[in-house]
Amino acid sequence: MEWEPVIGLEIHVQLLTNSKIFSGASIAYGAPPNTQACAVDLGLPGVLPVLNKEVVRMAVKFGLAIGAKVSTRSIFARKNYFYPDLPKGYQISQYELPIVEHGHLDIELEDGTVKRIGVTRAHLEEDAGKSLHEDFHGLTGIDLNRAGTPLLEVVSEPDLRSAKEAVAYMKKMHSLVQYLEICDGNMQEGSFRCDANVSIRPKGQKAFGTRAELKNINSFRFVERAINVEIERQIDILEGGGEVIQETRLYDPDKNETRSMRTKEEANDYRYFPDPDLLPVVIEEGFIEDVKKSLPELPDEKIHRFTQDYGLNAYDASVMVANRDMAEYFDAVAQATGEPKAAANWVMGDLTGALNKSGQEINDSPVTAAMLAGMINRIKDGTLTSKTAKIVFEAMWNGEGEADQIIEAKDLKPISDTGAIEKIIDDIIAANPEQVEQYRSGKEKVFGFFVGQVMKASKGKANPQQVNELLKRKLAG
Amino acid sequence: MHNKTLAELSAALQQSEVSSEELTRHLLQRIQSLDGKLNALVTVTEEHALAQARQADALRQAGNAGPMTGLPLIHKDIFCTDGVKTSCGSKMLDNFIAPYDATIVAKCKAAGMVMLGKSNMDEFAMGSSNETSFYGPVHNPWDLDAVPGGSSGGSAAAVAARLSPVATGTDTGGSIRQPAALCGVTGLKPTYGRVSRYGMIAFASSLDQAGPMTRSAEDAAMMLNVMAGFDERDSTSVEKAVPDYTQTLNDSLKGLKIGLPKEYFGEGMDQAVIDVINTAIKQYQELGAEVIEISLPNFALAVPAYYVVAPAECSSNLSRFDGVRFGYRCENPKDLQDFYERSRGEGFGAEVKRRIMIGTYALSAGYYDAYYLKAQKLRRLISDDFHKAFEQVDVIMSATAPTVAFKLGEKTDDPVTMYLSDINTIAVNLAGLPGMSIPAGFVNGLPVGLQIIGNYFDEQRLLNVAHQYQQVTQWHQQSPQDFA
Repeated sequence: MEWEPVIGLEIHVQLLTNSKIFSGASIAYGAPPNTQACAVDLGLPGVLPVLNKEVVRMAVKFGLAIGAKVSTRSIFARKNYFYPDLPKGYQISQYELPIVEHGHLDIELEDGTVKRIGVTRAHLEEDAGKSLHEDFHGLTGIDLNRAGTPLLEVVSEPDLRSAKEAVAYMKKMHSLVQYLEICDGNMQEGSFRCDANVSIRPKGQKAFGTRAELKNINSFRFVERAINVEIERQIDILEGGGEVIQETRLYDPDKNETRSMRTKEEANDYRYFPDPDLLPVVIEEGFIEDVKKSLPELPDEKIHRFTQDYGLNAYDASVMVANRDMAEYFDAVAQATGEPKAAANWVMGDLTGALNKSGQEINDSPVTAAMLAGMINRIKDGTLTSKTAKIVFEAMWNGEGEADQIIEAKDLKPISDTGAIEKIIDDIIAANPEQVEQYRSGKEKVFGFFVGQVMKASKGKANPQQVNELLKRKLAG
Repeated sequence: MHNKTLAELSAALQQSEVSSEELTRHLLQRIQSLDGKLNALVTVTEEHALAQARQADALRQAGNAGPMTGLPLIHKDIFCTDGVKTSCGSKMLDNFIAPYDATIVAKCKAAGMVMLGKSNMDEFAMGSSNETSFYGPVHNPWDLDAVPGGSSGGSAAAVAARLSPVATGTDTGGSIRQPAALCGVTGLKPTYGRVSRYGMIAFASSLDQAGPMTRSAEDAAMMLNVMAGFDERDSTSVEKAVPDYTQTLNDSLKGLKIGLPKEYFGEGMDQAVIDVINTAIKQYQELGAEVIEISLPNFALAVPAYYVVAPAECSSNLSRFDGVRFGYRCENPKDLQDFYERSRGEGFGAEVKRRIMIGTYALSAGYYDAYYLKAQKLRRLISDDFHKAFEQVDVIMSATAPTVAFKLGEKTDDPVTMYLSDINTIAVNLAGLPGMSIPAGFVNGLPVGLQIIGNYFDEQRLLNVAHQYQQVTQWHQQSPQDFA
């Protein structure tokens, strides 16, 4: 039988605020345990939460970017359960009436088609602390620095049909939240993490199969692998005549398998109810309009502009746009030179190569966008040839200055003096009578040989066009 | 000296008839000699109080004293007090030294007031008789075998017994007004949102409100001036200017419209208490007020609605008492489950557990709609009744409690009967309205309280109405024999 996977993702986006969602404590990563947990985060008797307004702005930004409905009235609710790293015995989240509903994200499939993935909802909530099981003999340590960190939980429709689609969706979301500057996207530090709901059904069947929820998969690679092994597991069960049970499973990347954490029967009854300590979040239309005006150019818009205005192909455009910093770098170079193709080639070619080699991010590149543009302008005006440009790029990378300085210092100015070029050509014609004979007897291919020789003799500095013209004339005899 | 009201003491301090230190020493002495009979205080902060008093005297000498500088008070042990045990009447917090001041505690400090100690209360404010306290019951100064009411029973008893001119209380379903009535003192529960809840240990967040317990309406006005106001740390506090509540105390009551809801004068009310209330109403008529019979038809739904909403919220609010970060922790837990079960099982008393169970049930999947949502709808109906009533009248009056103080142990085995002792006060919390209780007479030597309910943020009028009555009656000046 042919099986069709049905996948939905719940992505936790850690919001890039200065302070926590309901207190003034810092959310900076990596502080010593419990140094960033104030009375509110500790859940001391008598403390009360106060909503950080910045998270509302960020959620609205996100909602607008995915074409969703931004609720003018949303409600915080308490999700009640006991765990040592959950200080209050409940998590403040949103249940009924989330802040964002009914959006979508378009993903590009391998065959080049675009698929629209529904986003059911996105709601605000606080993160829990961390339980530390190592370092404490027979005990568990609790670090509440993370408690109260603001999260936006983004729940997709079950529209994804393969692990590859799931990864494409996750990557697109990852890029989007960074474009919006609402998340740093750091997956190692857990700023962007994902749970996946996976089920399978016979191809053509409408009804969904029973799903398993895969918890906390924190890299694109693991998402793909975890979903695939889960699909395999469910196929094995169903083809063996068994039944998939609804449960929460944990992906073990070392063994590349998923394991049961708890079944539906063992699941908590969270006893959600509206948090009486917090007022409903009321958002005025004017606020939404202001946020709309502040939205940056979004990835899809950028891809469109890069292909339409700059003539990039769809693939190059999407690679460029996936990384906001790279896209902005490229955009700056293209605008400063009016040479988008050359800009794209240099950014995706030599620059990316050099960055990969040194392990640097584009924002740390020793060759800034302005420097690269300066170099491309010297190619454009004929000062540099493709050959001398490579020399200049390498020198810029090594910190030897800007293009013009390097051209000066390395004496890379083209030889534009016709007499000097003629002299070189004359010498080469004199030294290669055999090739001259061949050319004159109609073997025009040999022309390239002469060009190469001239360029070599001029150390790349001769203007190729000038060389062509003079050579043609001289060889013609 | 201890028979003086806050207003009188304020004048005495300003005129240097007495120093704050002398006053403080006198009251500490009284507490030491008399509280053995009452058990009104859980903690006496003697050194702390004397230090504050000396500081207040120094301020006064330097000419920097305000009207409240150097005046003593007792805080209910539900308010967090920096560096001082804050037990909430529970074994769970017997070892809890709060690391910060509740907003109202900080405000009283800033006004220069001197904290004598922390008062006994029903455990986590759950009770109507002060018998659920881990520290034992409080005795009513008018009859040591009777309850003082609850949950702010310690505060009420301390003020009635002249251990302090004033104490703070909290009121979730009547916890200021009912003990004020049973102990013969003046108690004010402000409008929900008028006073910050920050640092007040939550019982039912949508109902809890702090207020003063005093010996006169004037004193309550002085205290509300200190306590009221928006707090950025409490999102449910309201950003609304605070008037000077003492300014309007002497306004005339001519033409005041008093609503008497017939439901509050019917079944379940002690006739002798009703008689006292009717006499008080007559007094108001003599002051120029007009009496109008009104109806609050959903009166009977208040207690059932309350006993879903309050336990539901408390079941969640009390989850943080898990033994992990503070409070009671059981010995030698064998695993996490055992840790939770025994820490909470051993740390909480019976009434608290009962309410956590009720609340957990009411919020459970499959029951939420039938209980919690239904109760919220009833709450709306009850509020609507009041809205309609206040279109016709300025204040509503009734007895605060259906009976005078009952005997210790009398109702402890029957929670439903106990819950009904708040039948007249609960609806006010569900609607979020301000309410007062003032002494209006006696039945069998025990005080009767008159409840005055006002419209939202109409505390000025409540205090004015209470003060005018106290200008023509002496009920609020009576003191229990053994504590004169």
